[in-house]
Amino acid sequence: METLFSNVFALQWQQVVMWLIGGILIYLAIKKDMEPTLLLPIGFGAILVNLPFSGAVNQIAEGVMEHGAIDTLFNAGIANELFPLLLFIGIGAMIDFGPLLSNPKMLLFGAAAQFGIFFTLSLASLFNFDLKDAASIAIIGAADGPTSIFVANFFQSNYIGAIIVAAYSYMALVPIVQPPVIRLITTKKERLIKMPYAPASVSKTTKILFPIIITVIAGLVAPKSVALIGFLMFGNLIRECGVLNSLSDAAQNNLANLITLLLGLTISTKMQAEQFLTPETLLIMGLGLVAFIFDTVGGVFFAKFLNLFTKKKINPMVGAAGISAFPMSARVIHKMGLKEDPNNFLLMHAVGANVSGQIASVIAGGLIMALIV
Amino acid sequence: MNFQALLNTLPIMGKGMLGIFIVIIVIYICILLLNKIFPAKKEK
Repeated sequence: METLFSNVFALQWQQVVMWLIGGILIYLAIKKDMEPTLLLPIGFGAILVNLPFSGAVNQIAEGVMEHGAIDTLFNAGIANELFPLLLFIGIGAMIDFGPLLSNPKMLLFGAAAQFGIFFTLSLASLFNFDLKDAASIAIIGAADGPTSIFVANFFQSNYIGAIIVAAYSYMALVPIVQPPVIRLITTKKERLIKMPYAPASVSKTTKILFPIIITVIAGLVAPKSVALIGFLMFGNLIRECGVLNSLSDAAQNNLANLITLLLGLTISTKMQAEQFLTPETLLIMGLGLVAFIFDTVGGVFFAKFLNLFTKKKINPMVGAAGISAFPMSARVIHKMGLKEDPNNFLLMHAVGANVSGQIASVIAGGLIMALIV
Repeated sequence: MNFQALLNTLPIMGKGMLGIFIVIIVIYICILLLNKIFPAKKEK
């Protein structure tokens, strides 16, 4: 009888709190449809790893290490960066760079909207996080799950669990975070700026050469980003080449779904109570929000800056779409544009900025890894 | 709060943003060249 209940008596209140947090993530995933592909596995995993002496994670019993499945998966796929890279193949295969290639000016907004990363780096340092942890927290502003995991793991951050939860939560909250920020820093007149869409046609050869050239350029500048940008562009190349439709299809569906299935569950090993329930976790959640806000601010203000010099005015809301949360941010901006003027279709401009953000966020990740050694 | 640490990150912010813009501008130029060298075929 004692053996049966000894585990129950080993339960700590912190573990019960983690069950509640896991439950909240599951609720948000199912009821509110917030990034369910990640938040549900993370939420369920948080419960799995916070059961006393859970067999899902490594335990030391009588001086012997017993290997848990989730820690085994973590070492197999996260510690060596494999899962985020494989996921990036799928994401690359999903992206159509056509709107960007036909309207390449949108590239600039992708760059500007990475400002939140570096602003948050400074703020995190102000709050006494060491530089590597500050960089890992700042990369939440990349608004890209695989990049956040890759960089946080590269720096061996102690806060990877909180960072991942923050990154995916705020990506899902883009429709709530961005609009009030945009309304605060733009005038009605600016939001009403019309942007007619007259794209240039793009040849198949351009679409095929683009991922190759991007990989070479980014790789020469930031060698640590070669794996990230390379796998993303490899996925895009198998999409655009036209002779690997079955592989492209497999990458977009089977591979992406399989990796996503394992990723959330695997990350949850970092949500064990003693690692997650710290004052730093709350601070990281706050800093993550700041990162997203200042990404938006960076993109919008850059558009306003360009408007000082250009005859054809840019709707500053399009700048906010330079955040890497694809395609959510583009849809948010398009919706905001239609709300101001039902005849103003900003979608394709926003999509161009949004896919540019995908490229720029990976470059930002590579540069941060290079600058902070 | 560590203001010295914040100041120490400002050069990283500068180099990082500058680096991103330089790479993006290079990519921008490459796209313009690609579109010029390999124009889309016009429909008859």
